[in-house]
Amino acid sequence: MSCIEQMKYKLLLERTSFREAREYIEKNSDEVYYVDPGYKIFKDYYIIGVPPIAMGVKGMELIFTYVKPCHGTFVMALESEEEISRLREREREKVKASLTKGGQKKKAEAAPPSFQDMWKK
Amino acid sequence: MIKSNGKALLVMGCPEVPVQTSIVLYLSNKLQKAGFHVTIAGTDAALKLMKVSDPEGYYIKDTVDLDQCIADLAEKRYDFDLCFVFMHSDAGMAYGATMSAISKAKVYAVIFGKNAEALAETIEYPAEKIVAKATHNPTPLKNKIDKVIL
Repeated sequence: MSCIEQMKYKLLLERTSFREAREYIEKNSDEVYYVDPGYKIFKDYYIIGVPPIAMGVKGMELIFTYVKPCHGTFVMALESEEEISRLREREREKVKASLTKGGQKKKAEAAPPSFQDMWKK
Repeated sequence: MIKSNGKALLVMGCPEVPVQTSIVLYLSNKLQKAGFHVTIAGTDAALKLMKVSDPEGYYIKDTVDLDQCIADLAEKRYDFDLCFVFMHSDAGMAYGATMSAISKAKVYAVIFGKNAEALAETIEYPAEKIVAKATHNPTPLKNKIDKVIL
């Protein structure tokens, strides 16, 4: 049993399919991030699911999927500043990494500085 | 029959469909005869069903709690050459996707139950599908497995 089950979580969706859970998170979160299966949250829960796995942030709450073999997929919300900042930081690192890989950085540098400049071209 | 010294993982889903227990025992025996070291992962209930069925441990050698197995694979503490994920529901399909993402093993999705064909169509991750509409009678699934693992 994961430590999540001992925490004060809110159940937003119960015994649903993984696809419906993902759509719910995408529609009902202020921010949406995507992680791979096996992404670890709250000390000992490794996210299970079909990639891309959506994780949402709404206010101070992290919204995520929780899959149980006999009960299907649940969407849960838990307050966690730490997990939210880790998710945001991870996203920043991903963007940085994609920019330093070359292609996109060059493209970004070559892009017109403003919409008006782009229009002139 | 294929011969190997490799490691195989059998991942059980919810044990509510009867064919799962017998097919896992059958496949474990078949893989062991082919030289694989077999580990069976499952929930507490699924593993208890197996252990009661094989009290002397003829077919079951190693078992691991499903959540622990996912943690170990995600942390790269160990890995397998073959991974058979048993599924008859959307949750099982999600576990299969997870195995496909966190393990380097060749993944087989063993799909059974009333909605086996429909469930098989939802699988888009890399996995060889073994599909049979079997709930109480394991023979159709056994025959499909025999075609893949001779």
